[in-house]
Amino acid sequence: MTTAPKPLARVNDFVVKFANVNGSGSASANGLFARSILRMGVPVAARNIFPSNIQGLPTWYEVRIVEAGWRGRRGGVDFMVAMNPQTWDKDVAEIDSGGYLFYDSTRPLPPSKFREDVTVLGMPLTAICNAQYSDVRQRQLFKNVIYLGALSALFGIDAAEIERLLAEQYRGKEALLDSNRKALALGREHALEAFDCPLGLRIERRDRVGNRIFIDGNSAAALGAVYGGATVAAWYPITPSSSLAESFASWCRKLRTDPATGRRRHAIVQAEDELSSIGMVIGAAWNGARAFTATSGPGISLMQEFLGLAYFAEIPAVLFDVQRGSPSTGMPTRTQQADLLTCAYASHGDTRHVLLFPEDPRECFELGALAFDLADRLQTPVFVMLDLDIGMQDWLCEPLTWDDHHRMDRGKVMTADELDAGRDFGRYLDVDGDGIPWRTYPGTHPSKGSYFTRGTTKDRYARYTEEGPAYVDNMQRLLRKFETARTLLPRPEIADAAQPTPAGVIWFGSTGAAMSESLAELERQGIHLDRMRIRAFPFHDSIAEFIAAHEHVFVVEQNRDAQLKMLLVNECGIDPARLTSVLHYDGTPITERLITREIAERARLFLPGIGYQRTGIRKVS
Amino acid sequence: MTYLAKPKLHHPGLPRNALGYTRRDYEGAISTLCAGCGHDSISAAIIQAFFELDIAPHRVAKLSGIGCSSKTPTYFLGSSHGFNSVHGRMPSVLTGAALANRDLIYLGVSGDGDSASIGLGQFAHVLRRGVDMVYIVENNGVYGLTKGQFSATADKGSRSKRGAVNNDEPIDLVLLALALGATFVARGFSGDKAQLVPLIKAAVAHRGAAFIDVISPCVAFNNHPGSTKSYDYVREHNEAVNRLDFMPEREPIGVEYPEGGARDVVLHDGGLLRLRKLDADYDPSDKVRAMSFLEAHRAKGEVVTGLLYLHPDSDDMHAALQTVDAPLNSLSDAELVPGNAALAAINGSLR
Repeated sequence: MTTAPKPLARVNDFVVKFANVNGSGSASANGLFARSILRMGVPVAARNIFPSNIQGLPTWYEVRIVEAGWRGRRGGVDFMVAMNPQTWDKDVAEIDSGGYLFYDSTRPLPPSKFREDVTVLGMPLTAICNAQYSDVRQRQLFKNVIYLGALSALFGIDAAEIERLLAEQYRGKEALLDSNRKALALGREHALEAFDCPLGLRIERRDRVGNRIFIDGNSAAALGAVYGGATVAAWYPITPSSSLAESFASWCRKLRTDPATGRRRHAIVQAEDELSSIGMVIGAAWNGARAFTATSGPGISLMQEFLGLAYFAEIPAVLFDVQRGSPSTGMPTRTQQADLLTCAYASHGDTRHVLLFPEDPRECFELGALAFDLADRLQTPVFVMLDLDIGMQDWLCEPLTWDDHHRMDRGKVMTADELDAGRDFGRYLDVDGDGIPWRTYPGTHPSKGSYFTRGTTKDRYARYTEEGPAYVDNMQRLLRKFETARTLLPRPEIADAAQPTPAGVIWFGSTGAAMSESLAELERQGIHLDRMRIRAFPFHDSIAEFIAAHEHVFVVEQNRDAQLKMLLVNECGIDPARLTSVLHYDGTPITERLITREIAERARLFLPGIGYQRTGIRKVS
Repeated sequence: MTYLAKPKLHHPGLPRNALGYTRRDYEGAISTLCAGCGHDSISAAIIQAFFELDIAPHRVAKLSGIGCSSKTPTYFLGSSHGFNSVHGRMPSVLTGAALANRDLIYLGVSGDGDSASIGLGQFAHVLRRGVDMVYIVENNGVYGLTKGQFSATADKGSRSKRGAVNNDEPIDLVLLALALGATFVARGFSGDKAQLVPLIKAAVAHRGAAFIDVISPCVAFNNHPGSTKSYDYVREHNEAVNRLDFMPEREPIGVEYPEGGARDVVLHDGGLLRLRKLDADYDPSDKVRAMSFLEAHRAKGEVVTGLLYLHPDSDDMHAALQTVDAPLNSLSDAELVPGNAALAAINGSLR
């Protein structure tokens, strides 16, 4: 006989997961749930886990209520809203012992479908809806709002906050607002009567959100492109990047319409494929516009030939790669950091590209805007490496800011006046010693500064040649240019542990969300790690120095083959044995629990004075 | 050799156009194509057309893909920026360039391999997008640079120089261009400069996607008996539907009177296109009849040339996208970057 554990009781620190059917209208209600908690001053980390499907397949929404403000996934589920019979068994199994199961009890289920160590909260949602609404669609949509009402009662969420959110959402649509309000109250009243509200898991009002904003990385990156001065966007729809291009269109409608004429200060083309979208970006950038595309792994694969051209002919281009589960079609709606190698060395032959690694939507905005300055300055493609977790999920971030004194850095562009003044123009001439040549825009001058752009070998004056020395001269200059790039890119963020340690940890991108929490937990367990978050490739010198300064270095990343580690080994000449990988690549965002466990298990092997026990790490006295 | 520029010695007596340029100002480097290549005749026609149109060479951007035809932009308009892109992808690069600066003239040069084989997709989409450009395919039915393989425009049953027989149906780019929504569709012959030069001039004046398929015999690999793209075959089977005269706006109209049936069309820039009909049945404004006319003559083994279709009220991609009049590449920080105050308002909407 097993004894049921005590039901979990925690304030502002638990995980709620919604199991829904795709296309059932649950997303709106689930989003309201997360936002209402934010309005109560309590931070949340929310994630949609959705299928590559429009209707019918399972979809989940995970809301981590976390007063401490951690933005990653914790791992585990404390409260399951099980609205999808297809995934029932798996969903029920996922609940942490002592947790809760909320479900639609209209149709009875056999006892074998439940767990003894989980508190079951059944509510006849379908029956309530059927009694209340005659319209089939209303029955489905309002079922979501009714369970939202019930959850507000169970967790002690202030219903007024949800009502305010509804009022904002349905401003000007009073009939809809009223019916949503009624459904909310219906669910709330039913729960207040049927259950002992609030539960041990509950929300209490705090002031821990401040002026932070809730935004997804794709929207933020698109806004970065607006602020970065992009005027041409060419793209091909592909999950999880499509919303970036669509968001750019929507920001531009608001921010880039000529007030006098209503005409557009931007052009967006949905291309026929990714080859065409990168071709358009390259054509536009060659002709002096700031241009970008948004894509994901399969699109990057298709763009390879053009990327080699842009590298070799030295044409600026900005690519937002919202990485997803791969290779091939892979897991289109799941997250990974697995395009590093294919982007770093994209195309045939000796190539190398600039990569930027935003850690959250705010940095998608900042690095998204910066990418255009870097591309123009370096005259080469710049990849902004998002992933699905950053790109498509709403994250709680510091507000976005912009320096109004900033001016676009268009790089080395020779004007008609400079040409008239007799400046020598050689398109591939390294006049400044930094490997970056000067360029002219087409149409600049009637008789000076024109040149022929080609993917074939050329001399310093852009003349076709098949001479070996001219080829080598050009390739060496490109290397010099990438030495310059190293100094211009965002530096890594490096911080020391609370006490001196021979161990360090390196990560990049969305891993940061779980990483910062894991570092705190490891420290609590007595495992101290100096830390470095890499923000760009090619690597700054401080990255090799950090590795050299530590005996043991963990590299945490979300792919199978340890691609960041490979890049570090390859680019910094590091003995692979010095780097220990912590890898996660099942398509879900990496969790604090996983990082902590993996590092703690390994750390006990080499960190003196650290013992290991099942529940974690403790110091051996 | 390409890297040997032609000496820029101007004969003082060379005629000058309205901008003061001589023909030499529209030339490029010395061609490296085979002697007698049809492509060189097309380059000469381009040089003449732009000279006669009084277009400043640096206001033209010339773009190409890969192949013999795509090498030719080096051999004309030496003061224009040129872009020899990747195989079959000139249309997307040209589209991007046209998006960036609507004030330049875009000339895309491609071949049958570049446009009908590897680049068929981009060929299709650039036409249906209405990119304001002149798109010339120098069509010889073979891959020259790789020594004589068939392209997708080679006739079924035709025999290569090495004796291989082509079993695949040919793609007629003119029919395709009509189906895809090109608003100016013509076919020329590299050996008929009198027809080709006005076709190019009219295509430049046209607003929207103008496509010219130019049959251009390959002297090295496809000029033998049995080839429908040889000089002899095309000369014998050329069915020209019309002859064109193109008069830019500033020229007085009506200096020359048509012989027989004629039709005047005013183009967007005010220039006048005078079509002297050679075939009384042919109406270039009727797309459906144009398509059946082409098919009927193709069945008879005839190569129809001339202006085959013209949409006189066409518009271009920029009109569809509602972009501002100023070239996008000329917009300043003030016009593009909304500033911190706008960002503060955005932050407010995200809480």
